[in-house]
Amino acid sequence: MEILNALALLSNYVFVPAIAYGSQLALGALGVTLVFGILRFSNFAHGDTMAFGTMVTILFTWWFQSMGISLGPLPTALLALPFGIFFCALFVLLSDRLVYRFYRSKRADPVIYLIASVGIMFVTNGVVRFIIGPDDQNFSDGERFIIRAREFKELTGLAEGVSIKVSQGITVVTMLIVVAALFWFLNRTRSGKSMRAYSDNEDLALLSGINPDRVVAITWILAAALATIAGTLYGLDKSFKPFTYFQLLLPIFASAIVGGLGNPLGAIAGGFVIAFSEIMVTFAYKRVVAYLVPGDWTPDGLVQLLSTDYKFAVSFIILLLVLLVRPHGIFKGTGV
Amino acid sequence: MSAYRNVGYFMIMAALIIIVGQFQSWNLALSILNLCLISAVMALGVNMQWGYAGLFNVGVMGFAAMGGLAAMLVSVSPVKEAWSAGGVGIFFGVMALILTVVTAIFTFRKMQAKRFRTAFVVFVCIVGYFIIRSIFDPATTAIEKVNPASTGYLGGLGLPILLAWPIGGIFAGAAAWVVGKITLGLRTDYLAIATLGISEIIVAMLKNEDWMTRGVKNVVGLPRPVPYEINLQGTPWFIDLATRLGMDPVTFSSIFVKLCYASLFTVVLLIVLYLSEKALRSPWGRMMRAIRDNEVSASAMGKNVKSRHLQVFVMGSVIVGIAGAMLTTLDGQLTPSSYQPLRFTFLIWVMVIVGGSGNNWGAVLGGFVIWFFWIEAEPLGVWLMDVLTSPMAAESALKAHLIDSAQHMRLMTMGVILLVTLRFSPRGLLPEKTGRS
Repeated sequence: MEILNALALLSNYVFVPAIAYGSQLALGALGVTLVFGILRFSNFAHGDTMAFGTMVTILFTWWFQSMGISLGPLPTALLALPFGIFFCALFVLLSDRLVYRFYRSKRADPVIYLIASVGIMFVTNGVVRFIIGPDDQNFSDGERFIIRAREFKELTGLAEGVSIKVSQGITVVTMLIVVAALFWFLNRTRSGKSMRAYSDNEDLALLSGINPDRVVAITWILAAALATIAGTLYGLDKSFKPFTYFQLLLPIFASAIVGGLGNPLGAIAGGFVIAFSEIMVTFAYKRVVAYLVPGDWTPDGLVQLLSTDYKFAVSFIILLLVLLVRPHGIFKGTGV
Repeated sequence: MSAYRNVGYFMIMAALIIIVGQFQSWNLALSILNLCLISAVMALGVNMQWGYAGLFNVGVMGFAAMGGLAAMLVSVSPVKEAWSAGGVGIFFGVMALILTVVTAIFTFRKMQAKRFRTAFVVFVCIVGYFIIRSIFDPATTAIEKVNPASTGYLGGLGLPILLAWPIGGIFAGAAAWVVGKITLGLRTDYLAIATLGISEIIVAMLKNEDWMTRGVKNVVGLPRPVPYEINLQGTPWFIDLATRLGMDPVTFSSIFVKLCYASLFTVVLLIVLYLSEKALRSPWGRMMRAIRDNEVSASAMGKNVKSRHLQVFVMGSVIVGIAGAMLTTLDGQLTPSSYQPLRFTFLIWVMVIVGGSGNNWGAVLGGFVIWFFWIEAEPLGVWLMDVLTSPMAAESALKAHLIDSAQHMRLMTMGVILLVTLRFSPRGLLPEKTGRS
């Protein structure tokens, strides 16, 4: 009985949030890893691309809400998502046309792409703050919970309740759909195959007649779509604040590197590894321990490994550990 | 010819600052100059890493923060009660930390690459961590309880703050050594992400370790290396000087103090610039540039690329640490929340790229130019937005929103400047002298 209570407590505060957060990180890391695998540079602007896509989604959501369109129990943002993806893809393709294309034609060093992505990050950051402002924006509506803590307690008779928010459920479902679609695209369609060929060996792919401009365009569109979806899900779950998306860059890159930069499966695995570690290491286990041990052994302190302020430190430490021990990542990535 | 161009750029820069002094205020012009000098030193440090070795360090903010931390730790007077409450605990905690690290490294080296080596080292680290926490936590809670409103921390050493500048460099160099040891030798992207991470962690530690830095309560009133304005306004020789120059003593005192700071910073800048130039023109400098230009040939010639990169990385970070200490001295307070990555890291990068990567004078010029435009862009942006929106109705919400958002134009402008320079003038305003013209 006590074990079940402890499990319920853990599920509510650790497992459910970690699965949701891991899905969001996985989607973000997928975008980063795709750009890395095919375009061969780390896109530091990815966090702000997420912010841009989410911003457009928010603007359309507000417009839909003002017109009275809604999706019932689901958030209206899901309706606005395709529009967000469309405009984000346009923005990203424009930045590629204006900035990166020149360096591709010159076969520039990867560091130059990195610096250029920093410049684009600056510009995107400024644009997002200019249009929507730097403050918190809340755009979720519809039902809030799939199952409330109270209902869970009534259902099971346990002392601890598990609540699952609609946004968390949507995150997981969307992630599964997107990942399935992406893998189907990469493995079963000709475009996907040509992208994988281009990523493996650029020169041979060009020799085989693959159109590099098409591959690059599809990569950017996919990256923009993944970024927008990840950003919108994160914004629905928590809230939208441009600075937070910049801060997400570190966990997203950590996920991609831990899983193996350039490997999509690795990005997903890395996302969950980072999310679970962040939440498990900074969770206060006092009440869980209280359920599991006899009464007088209950600890005084919070039994917290690291304070929650150090959440980003956790992803960084894991990143450093992986770089020390196994730089290729969990699944072998394409670049070291 | 290029010498004239170099001097010409600096003359233009000086003229711009004088124009600001004339039209806005001399106080403003001098405070811009002081921050320009500090930014120039930081840009020199980053230029050493990028221009000499091609390393992309995205963690400039963290190293500057270490310099600021040193400034605070060296100059603030110690809080005796806090030391007696928790000093012993902190000492033993640090001992335990060193012991854990040494044991972990020892275990790693002694056990050959058997399958359980990693697990064993991780186990040692975890056990060590719990021991450290059990010693540290009571000590830090005790320290933070000592008069939290005005102290609540350990204080510092009470030494002159000028001593903190080189010590700040050493702190930053130590942090850089740790990061560099792990990530150099891998892809440049990995160094970038690792430095981004370490700077986030350093600033997070500054914000949360109240027992050391008072966290977000800030440490104010750091001792100064220059006189206080209040004291100056009372001394007779100063009042005489002010009346002889025809200025009111109060404004003149703040101008005088800023000039004192400016002369201190200029001395540091000149020393760092001189040493960097000597290093660049020495055989060591030529070797570094050879490694940067063609790593494969250099390592074929027997140069240990990884240790050379580590050397340059540490040296550049030392300079950034010194600049960070200078910045905290100028501010007179340690404000952990003021360390924003956009303001520090990326602005410094724009300075280096625009000024001229690989050229020390270029880095200094870039520091001046970009900082000047960063400060002046805000009033300019607001004025421009005013002009652009003047045809709109006065109560229009759009107009209000546009004028509010004018400050974000700064970010966009910086990004556009970086991209345009990178594309059309990648060698910057003052290109690197390669010896072949």
